[in-house]
Amino acid sequence: MPNEKDVFKELPKEDLLSAGIDPTEKGRSATFIQVDNRPSLSRTLFKGVELMPIEEALSRYPKYRDYLGRAFSMVGKDFPQDTEGGFFLLVKKGHSIVLPIQVCLFLKKKQFSQKIHNIIVVEESASAYVINGCTSEKAATDAFHLGISEYFVEKGGYLNFTMIHSWNEGVAVRPKSVAIVEEGGMFISNYVCLKPVKEVVMYPTCLLRGEGARASFSSIILSHPGSLQDIGSRVILSAPNTSAEIVSRTVSMGGKIIARGHLYASSPEVKAHLECQGLIVSEKGTIHAIPELETDYRDVDLSHEAAIGKISKEEIEYLASRGIDEDLARSLIIRGFMDTDILGLPDELRKKIDELRDKLTENSM
Amino acid sequence: MALLEVKDLSVRVGDKDILKGIDLSIDRGQVFVLFGPNGSGKSTLLKTIMGISGYTITSGEILFEGRRLNDLSIDERANLGIAMMFQHPPKVRGIKLSQVAHLLSEDEARIQELVERLNLGYLFDRDLNVDFSGGEMKRAELLQIILMQPKLILLDEPESGVDIENISVMGKVLDEYLRESGASCFIITHTGYIIEYVKATHGCLMLDGNLYCVGNPQKLFETIRDYGYEKCKECTVRHAE
Repeated sequence: MPNEKDVFKELPKEDLLSAGIDPTEKGRSATFIQVDNRPSLSRTLFKGVELMPIEEALSRYPKYRDYLGRAFSMVGKDFPQDTEGGFFLLVKKGHSIVLPIQVCLFLKKKQFSQKIHNIIVVEESASAYVINGCTSEKAATDAFHLGISEYFVEKGGYLNFTMIHSWNEGVAVRPKSVAIVEEGGMFISNYVCLKPVKEVVMYPTCLLRGEGARASFSSIILSHPGSLQDIGSRVILSAPNTSAEIVSRTVSMGGKIIARGHLYASSPEVKAHLECQGLIVSEKGTIHAIPELETDYRDVDLSHEAAIGKISKEEIEYLASRGIDEDLARSLIIRGFMDTDILGLPDELRKKIDELRDKLTENSM
Repeated sequence: MALLEVKDLSVRVGDKDILKGIDLSIDRGQVFVLFGPNGSGKSTLLKTIMGISGYTITSGEILFEGRRLNDLSIDERANLGIAMMFQHPPKVRGIKLSQVAHLLSEDEARIQELVERLNLGYLFDRDLNVDFSGGEMKRAELLQIILMQPKLILLDEPESGVDIENISVMGKVLDEYLRESGASCFIITHTGYIIEYVKATHGCLMLDGNLYCVGNPQKLFETIRDYGYEKCKECTVRHAE
């Protein structure tokens, strides 16, 4: 790949860091970067992982051509075909990749439409952590990102996938993804979106296809004035003893949030819980929580709790009585609400996200 | 100059007049116990001193070290040296007891010592008051209050929900702080247990928004215990201050 070494120099370090991407690659087992439509770096440091541009993967491993669109067809969904670039990640059978694999999708040009298709395969009994940082330069206004992702977690596999959106006010984003989890497999999806963005619309679906498969979706979303974030997760529990959890914590500082969640039991003997919690800290903000539970069988355990509200005056006054001024009390409550512990991230990444969250909520009023 | 001076204070909550022209003076080092039946206005007085919203002063003023508190915010009052233990503190999700403790004091050794004495170790990294029992809340409240190093402590039923053993633990910690700092304390109590541990210097009775019978707290407590508040209400020799 041309200029592999220089690609980190071309990209603003702060933007990368805020998206969880470590330019030093220390503590990472593989790195992939795509800038606009150009795959700019792919490097694998560990045996058991293959990470490369999708086009390269499909020509090297023809068998994966069948994977394009496979997950979407399994859940009866269409997907846009006009993509260019994207990455292919393969974690080979039986390999446990402890250090995170990092993938960065970067928007650089103004008015550019980045449309990519990614395939992630975690083979039988393999496990991996992925940090997918999506970010853009300030100059990338009126830009668009469409990310099609198909995840395949095979029997007994484990995938912990953290997506960090760190765009700017001028970027509209439409991720579309489907995850298929086979028997005994586990898919953990974490989503963080703290910085302003023009629009994010996404509703990933996870199909728990094999007995005992599990899924967990956790999101932390901060919405700024002018943003629209229509974000949800759907899990289809289609085999016995599958279980799922969807947790979202949304805070509107003036933007519009639609927090969706859908648990669908298409098999008996499944268990799942959905939790949508929203906090509105600005008069102009709106949050619409739409939790849905659906089942074809009686013998299921599906539950949800949803709560939306403002910061309670009682809590503010309580902290004030400890000598903490109102602004700090408010920030502390917002930060506490967006508790990154729910994501189970590596320490260093969690600290980074906490720092960003604290900075962005400092002047929350 | 008195530490706290309440002059002709009347307070309305909603459309009800709760306090009706209260006068009260607490000096440095005094431990003042406030007795009175439920609904007499005791908590209203404490909350008004702290500046909690919903307690509207319709007349009178509150002075702390000579400074008028009426228009100061809650945190300004706290930073002047007033600390209040809430009777029913709210649950604060996402904020840990340890976080608040560290905001209140930089003295790590002191924090650890108090956490240990108040048996709060297992609660220290939990969200404040979330799933705390009544007694756990009160111990956590006392920790925070003492770490603030206040000049005046307002205690709203510190022993409610606390078992005897923990009342003793709390009483000792409180008493030690009061002795060492020379701070004053204003206590609402129903049971009187707490005054077995702190040296109460003054007592008074609140009935229907007025204060009566300022005097020896022990004697007052015994009289109330023997005769009940009903007799106090009937009593014609109420002693206005």
